Amino acid sequence: MTGALRRYPVLIALCIAALFMIVPFLIVTLNAFKSPAEYSQNGPLSLPDGLYLDGLKDFWERVDYTQKLVNSLLISGGVAVFAVILSILNAYAIGIGRIKGRTWVLAFFVLANMLPQEALVYPIYYLSKEAGLYDTRLSVIIVFTVIQAAFGTYLLSSVLGQFPREIIEAARIDGANKWQILWRIVVPVSRPTIGVLLVFFFIWTWNEFLLPLVMLISNDNQTVSVALGVLQGQRLMDATMTNAAALLGVLPALVFFLVFQRTLTRGIAVGAVK
Amino acid sequence: MTVTVERRVTGKQTHAGHPRRPRDSYALFLLPGVLAFLAVIIVPFLMNTGVSFTDWQGVGSPEWSGLANYRELLDDSEFWASFRHSLFMVVAMAAVPTAVGLVLAAALFDYVGKHFGSKTVAVLRACFYLPQVLPIAVAGIVWSWILAPDSGSLNELLKAIGLSSWQQDWLGDPDIALYSVMGVMVWVQLGFPLVIFMAGLQRVDPQLYEAAELDGAGWWRRFWHITLPQIRPEIYVVLTWCTIAALKVFGAVYVLTKGGPGGATNVPSYFSFTTFFEKTQVGYGAAISTVLTVIILLLSLIGLKLQTRAEEREGS
Repeated sequence: MTGALRRYPVLIALCIAALFMIVPFLIVTLNAFKSPAEYSQNGPLSLPDGLYLDGLKDFWERVDYTQKLVNSLLISGGVAVFAVILSILNAYAIGIGRIKGRTWVLAFFVLANMLPQEALVYPIYYLSKEAGLYDTRLSVIIVFTVIQAAFGTYLLSSVLGQFPREIIEAARIDGANKWQILWRIVVPVSRPTIGVLLVFFFIWTWNEFLLPLVMLISNDNQTVSVALGVLQGQRLMDATMTNAAALLGVLPALVFFLVFQRTLTRGIAVGAVK
Repeated sequence: MTVTVERRVTGKQTHAGHPRRPRDSYALFLLPGVLAFLAVIIVPFLMNTGVSFTDWQGVGSPEWSGLANYRELLDDSEFWASFRHSLFMVVAMAAVPTAVGLVLAAALFDYVGKHFGSKTVAVLRACFYLPQVLPIAVAGIVWSWILAPDSGSLNELLKAIGLSSWQQDWLGDPDIALYSVMGVMVWVQLGFPLVIFMAGLQRVDPQLYEAAELDGAGWWRRFWHITLPQIRPEIYVVLTWCTIAALKVFGAVYVLTKGGPGGATNVPSYFSFTTFFEKTQVGYGAAISTVLTVIILLLSLIGLKLQTRAEEREGS
C-alpha cells in the first residue's frame, strides 16, 4: 500500500508539468474573449467578465480569415493527395518492383528529404518567377508535393518491401497487369499507412512557414500560418488582437489534433523508427 | 536516372525470377517522381550551390567569384554568431527534450501506466504533444505575447507572486533573448521525443522490469539499465531528427525576435533568408545555405550510421 502512496507524488509532478504545457493555450483563450478596456484594466491573468467577441470578429474581418482558411485547406489538401500518389508510384517501383539499384534510388529520395529548404528557396523563388508561377497557390502545392513525397517514398517503400508476394503472384496469374495490381491490390491493402501519410502531409504542410512566406506575398493567396506570422512580425497588433489571432491560429490545429490524435501518435512512431 | 536503371536491369534479366514479365518496366512508375524531384529539388539545389560561387544581386547575370563568398564567411562575425546560436538551439531542441522526454516517457509508462491506467497516460501524453501540432508561427505569436515586457503574462505572473524584481524584457534584452527563445523551443519540441519513446517502450519485454524489480532494483537503476539500452535506436532517431530541426529553425526566430535584438538570436537559416531577400546578396546567402546543407547532410549520415548500428546490435 505504501508503494501506491509513493506513486502519487510522481503523478502530481507529471500533472503539474502537463499543466505547464497547456497553460499558454488556456491563457490565450481567456484573453481572446476580453475587451481591450478590460485587458488594460485587469491584465492578462484575470478571468474575463463576459464573452467579448468583437476582438475575434474584427481580426477575422481584418485579415479575411475565411480566405486564409480556404487557402490553407486547398494547399494542404492538394499536397496531401498529390504527395501520397507520387509516394505510391515511387514506392511501388522500389518496394514491390525491386528495381535494380533501388538502394541508390531510395538514398536519392532520403537525401532530397534532408536538404534544408534554405538551400532551395532562392532558386525556387527565381524559377517560379520565370515560369509565371510566383505568388500562386499552385507553386506551393507543387513544391511541397515533392518535398513530402520524399518522406512518403521512404516510408512506403519499406512497408511495401514486406508486402506478401503471394497476393501479387495470384493476381498476376489471374491476368492483372502492373497498373491494376497497384490500384486494386497494393493500395487497398496498404490503406492504413496511406492514411497516416495523408494526415501527416496535411498537417506538415499546414504548419510550413519559410517557403509559403517567400512564395505567397499577396493577401489572397496567403496561408493561415503566413498571414499570422507576417502580422506578428510587423508588430501591428495590440494585445487583444494578438490573442484573437493566436486563438484563431490554435483552433484548426486543435481540431486536427482531436480528430487525428490516434493516427498522429501512432503514426509518428511508425514513421520515425521505420 | 531512370534510363540507366532500366538498362542495368535489362542486362541482368536472365537472373530475374519471372522472365515472362521482366521487372524492369517497374522503372516507369518511378518516372514522374524522378522528374518532379529533378525539377523541384535537384536543379534548385545545384543552382544554389552554383550561385554560391558567384556575385549576384538576383538581377542581371551572376558574376563568377570563385571562393570569395566562402572566404568572406570565414571573417564574418555575424555568420559565426549565427552558428554559435545554432548550438544553443541544438541544446534546446535536441539535448533537453531528449533527456526530459526520456524521463517523462519512462515515468508515464512505468509509474502512471501501471498504477493509474492507460486513460491517464493518454491524457497526459496529449498535453505534452499538443504544442507539436501547432504551426510554429502561431506558437511564436502565443509566446511573444506571454513574454512581452509590458503586461506580458509572465511578467504579470511574477508580479502577482511577489517576484517583481525578476521581471524582464524577455525577448528584447540581448543578454536573455536567446535563452527565452530556447525556452520556447523546449516547450515546442518536448512532445516529439516523448511520443516516440513511449512507443518504443511498448516493445520492451515487461519481464525485464519485473525481474529487476524482484532483484530489488530501484526506479533509477531500472531506468538506467533497462529503459535506456532498450530504446537506444529511438534515442538516435530522436537526436538526429531534433538536431536537424534545430539547425533549420526559422519560423520561431522570425516571429519571436526577427534575429534581434542586435543579432542576439540570429540563426543560419534566418541569416540566409535576410541575406537573400532583404540585402539581396544572393551569392552570399547561397554560400551560407550551402554550408548549412553540408553540416546537415553530415549529421544525417552520422545519425543514420549510429541508428543502423544500434539496430544491428539489437538484432544480434
